[in-house]
Amino acid sequence: MNSPYVIEVRNVVKSFKTVQAVRGIDLNIGPGQFVAILGPNGAGKTTLVEMIEGIQQPDHGEIRVMGKPWKGNETYLRQHIGLSLQETHFVEKLTTWETLRLFASFFSIGKDRCEEVLQMVALEEKRKAWVVNLSGGQRQRLALGISMINMPKILLLDEPTTGLDPNARREIWAILRKLKDQSQTSMILTTHYMEEAEQLCEYIVIVDHGKILKQGTINDLLGEIQDIPVKPAEIRKITLDDLFISLTGRHLND
Amino acid sequence: MIERISNNQLYRLIMANVMELIREPGVLFWGIVFPILMSLGLGIAFTKKTDVITTIAVTGQNHLIGKPSDTLSVLLSFLRTNKAILIKNEQGLVSRKLTVTDDKLGNTHFIFTAMDWKAAMVLLKRGNLNIILDEKDGKIRYHFDPRNPDAQLTYLKLSKLLTNTGPVVKEANLEISPLTVTGTRYIDFLIPGLIAMGFMMSSMWGVSYAIIERRSKKLLRRMVATPMKRSNFLIALISVRVLMNFIEAGLLFLFAWLAFNITIQGNVAALLLLFIAGNIAFAGIAILISSHTAKTEIGNGLINAISMPMMVLSGIFFSYHNFPEWSIPVIRQLPLTMMADGIRSIMIEGAGFTETVYPVTILTLTGLIFFMLGMKIFRWH
Ligand SMILES: Nc1ncnc2c1ncn2[C@@H]1O[C@H](COP(=O)(O)OP(=O)(O)O)[C@@H](O)[C@H]1O
Ligand SMILES: [Mg+2]
Repeated sequence: MNSPYVIEVRNVVKSFKTVQAVRGIDLNIGPGQFVAILGPNGAGKTTLVEMIEGIQQPDHGEIRVMGKPWKGNETYLRQHIGLSLQETHFVEKLTTWETLRLFASFFSIGKDRCEEVLQMVALEEKRKAWVVNLSGGQRQRLALGISMINMPKILLLDEPTTGLDPNARREIWAILRKLKDQSQTSMILTTHYMEEAEQLCEYIVIVDHGKILKQGTINDLLGEIQDIPVKPAEIRKITLDDLFISLTGRHLND
Repeated sequence: MIERISNNQLYRLIMANVMELIREPGVLFWGIVFPILMSLGLGIAFTKKTDVITTIAVTGQNHLIGKPSDTLSVLLSFLRTNKAILIKNEQGLVSRKLTVTDDKLGNTHFIFTAMDWKAAMVLLKRGNLNIILDEKDGKIRYHFDPRNPDAQLTYLKLSKLLTNTGPVVKEANLEISPLTVTGTRYIDFLIPGLIAMGFMMSSMWGVSYAIIERRSKKLLRRMVATPMKRSNFLIALISVRVLMNFIEAGLLFLFAWLAFNITIQGNVAALLLLFIAGNIAFAGIAILISSHTAKTEIGNGLINAISMPMMVLSGIFFSYHNFPEWSIPVIRQLPLTMMADGIRSIMIEGAGFTETVYPVTILTLTGLIFFMLGMKIFRWH
C-alpha cells in the first residue's frame, strides 16, 4: 500500500451550478517535488488545490494525501500540510507576531518556531505592526510564514504572488528557494506567471478549462516547441508562453 | 506551565479577540460612552421640570390689538388684567405672553397669537402649536386633536385658566406631591432597558458580525484548514463578548448610581443569573444569524431586521403597554422584553430568584435552541 507519491489525484471532477470547474484531472506528486499549476484565471486551479487541501470535496474521483484519503484522516492530515489561500485577510488589528502566535497555537507550537518563521519571511522589523499596516508583499510573506509554521510535509500555495510588484515577488521566490534547499517539503503552487513556474518548480502542469493540457519538466515542455514554426533567430526566446499560445491560441494572462 | 498556557489555542484565540476588541475605538464608544450619554440625555429630559412654552392661535379679527368684540374681548381683558406681555415675533405677528408660575410642575408660558385660520393650520401641521381658539355663539371654542396628549393638556390648563375671570391667583399647589422616590422615575425604567439593549446589540455585532466578516474575508476557511478546534473558536468569540457585556453593564450601572442614585432593590445574584441567561439567548440568536451568509451587507440587514423590531416593541424607552392588547402576550415572549422586564423587576421591584426562574429558563432555552439550529447549518468554508 505504500505509495511513492505524497499527492495522488485520480480522475477528479467538480462542478458548480453552471460551471464545470474541474473536469477529470489526474496528478501525482512525489516527495520533495516543487510543482507549478499554471493556467489563466478561471482555469480551475483554486478548485483543484482546495480539493487537495480537503477544503472542497470532489464530485467524482479520488484524492489521497500522504497515502490517505481526507475522510477519516482530517486531524492527521491537517497537522502535516501547510497552505495559503488565494486571498485571506487576517485580523487587521492584530500584530504580525500575534497572528503568527495564534496560528502556531493551533498546532501547539511555541514561540521559538514563530521567531524562526518571522526570520524566514523577513518580517522581524514588522513584528509589532498591525496587519492592516503591512504592504501587500508583507502580508503575502505573513501568509507564507503561517503556511510554514508547522514545518509541513506538503505546502500548497494558491497564487502567492498575484498582484505583487516584481520586487515583492522576487522576495517570495527567494524564501521558497531557500525552503527547497533546506527541507524535504513538497510544494504545489498555482500561478498564471510563466516566470514563476520556470523559476521555482521543476515540474509544471498546464491547466485550462478544468483540464490538464500538458505536464512535465520544463525541458519536456519546451521540447514540444520543436513543432511550432519559428524563425531560428527567435528560438532562444521561446518560453512557456509560446507553448501556451500554441496549445490554446491565446495568451496566459488574458 | 505558563509556557503551556500561552501556547494554548483557546488562550490565544481569547487573547486575539480581546486585542481586537480593545483596539477598536468604536467598541469603547458604542459599548460604554453611548449608553451613558443616552441615559444622561433621556434621564435629564424626563426628570427635570422645565418651563413649558405653549403657543395658542387666536383666529378671527385682530382682536388682541384691534377693536375688541364679543367673547374674544373677554380674553383680551383677561390677558390685560393679568399683565400679559406684548411681544412681536420675527414674522411681525403680535402676541401676548401670559406666564403661570408653578413651583412643583414648572412654569407654563401661554403665548396667544392672533392669526387667520389658514396660518394657524400651517403652524399646526408643522407642530408649532396644538390648539386654536375662536369664538362661536358668544363662547370660546377650542380646536385640537383629542388624540394628542399634549393638546389635551394645553386644553385642560387653558380652560381652567380662562374660566377664572379675575386675576390669576398664585397659590401653593398643596395637593400635588411629585414622586421623586428612587424606582418610580423615568430613569429607573430606562437604565434596565439600556442594559438589556446593550447585551443584545453587543452580541449581534460582536458575535454575528465578527463571524460573517471572518467568513467573508476567508479567515474562517483559513482557520479551519488547521487543526484548530471549531468549538474553541466559538467559545473564545462568545466568552470575550460576554465578559465585555458584563463590563459595559457594570459601568452603566456605576454611572447611574453616581448620577441618579439608582440602586438594586432585589437579589444581586438573581440579577447576575439573569444576565448570564440573557447572554446565552443573544449569543444563540447571533450564531443562527451568522451561520450561513458570507456577505457583510446581508449580515447587516439580518442584524437590523432582528434587533430593530425588538428595540421598538420590547419597551426599552417606553412601556409596551401602549401597543394593542392582543400583541402584549407576544411582546412579552421576546428575549429583549424578557430581559428588560426581568432586570426591572429585580432592580426596581426588588424581585429575587423565584420571580427570575421563568425568564432565566426561557432565555437559556431560547439561546440553546437557536445555537443548535445555527450549528446545524453553520458554514465554516
Ligand atoms: N464557489 C463557486 N461557485 C460557483 N462557481 C465557482 C466557484 N468557485 C469557482 N467557480 C468557477 O469555477 C471556475 C474555476 O474557478 P477557479 O478554480 O477559482 O479558477 P482559478 O483559480 O484557476 O482562477 C471559474 O469559472 C469559477 O467562476
Ligand atoms: Mg484561483
